[in-house]
Amino acid sequence: MTSPPTASDHARWTFAAFRHGAIDILPFVPGLAGFAMAYGTVAARKGMTLFETLLMSGTIFAGVVQMVVLDSWPETLTAGAIVGIVALTALVNARYIMIGATLRPLLGGQQPGRVYPALFFLVEPPWLMSLRYYSNGGRDPAYLLGGGMTLYVVWVTTAIPGFLAGAAVGNPKAFGIDLIVPAFFVAMTVSLWRGPRRSWGLVVGALVAALTEYLFGGLWYLIVGAVAGCIAGVFNDD
Amino acid sequence: MIEKDAFGFFVTLGLMAIVVYVTRIAGYWLIGRLVIGPRLRRMLDALPGAIIAATVAPALVQGGLRAALAMAATAGVMIVIRKDFFAVLAGVAVAAAAFAWGL
Repeated sequence: MTSPPTASDHARWTFAAFRHGAIDILPFVPGLAGFAMAYGTVAARKGMTLFETLLMSGTIFAGVVQMVVLDSWPETLTAGAIVGIVALTALVNARYIMIGATLRPLLGGQQPGRVYPALFFLVEPPWLMSLRYYSNGGRDPAYLLGGGMTLYVVWVTTAIPGFLAGAAVGNPKAFGIDLIVPAFFVAMTVSLWRGPRRSWGLVVGALVAALTEYLFGGLWYLIVGAVAGCIAGVFNDD
Repeated sequence: MIEKDAFGFFVTLGLMAIVVYVTRIAGYWLIGRLVIGPRLRRMLDALPGAIIAATVAPALVQGGLRAALAMAATAGVMIVIRKDFFAVLAGVAVAAAAFAWGL
């Protein structure tokens, strides 16, 4: 569209680009708000305080990590369980290594003192929008930050009504609340399904996890299933 | 229940926050220093799906008829209208109805 980037394109971090990024991200807000409310409900059911619930959203800012970890949180926290939770966190978020790598063109050449703090707000929707922005000639990294910070505010605040609803409900099964996390993941599985030849990771991950859980119980089925699925993903067609 | 062990919770949360932040900056930091080949890329691509499927599968196996009906409703709505919010709502509604029916 425009001329290729040169060294003089660098810099900026303007408020205009920040606002542009914030506005472009708005279509993603309702879905994220629904997800955050579901997270708040589940957190309340798990016995977390509102402060802990919001602190987790504010420091982690990764919906799938938070849901998976809450879902598999053990009755008592042993050192082994903490290692398991942290390993799970790393595994669930490992895809961000790919995502971050694709941002080199937009962020490369910027001051590290600005890039690394900005990457705290990196999530998938602003990443996708930033790729589009860059391919349309945009070069101001504040665009990414605008989208990310907007979603951050939504993610933290909309967990509050979900938490209050979850805390008020008596028997979670009567309202189907115990199945919110599985339902979210089934919906995500549907959208991640790329046909049988490109979804080996999904199929193997599910089978291995179910088998491990059946044989051993505990929370390790998640890690075993995820690693097996990840390795099986090598056989996915492109 | 998490509230039983507030100290353990904060320790775990702190470690999680560090790990999550490292995954956010690692790709940007690494890319000039390491080549991600097609195999590694396919593995990283497959990871989210593998995790999500691995989370759900045991719940489906263990949850019995009520969970199976609810998840079928979720998947059905998702396939038709592609809106995850309404798909989850459908699943939760079916789960609540199944509970009322004594399943």
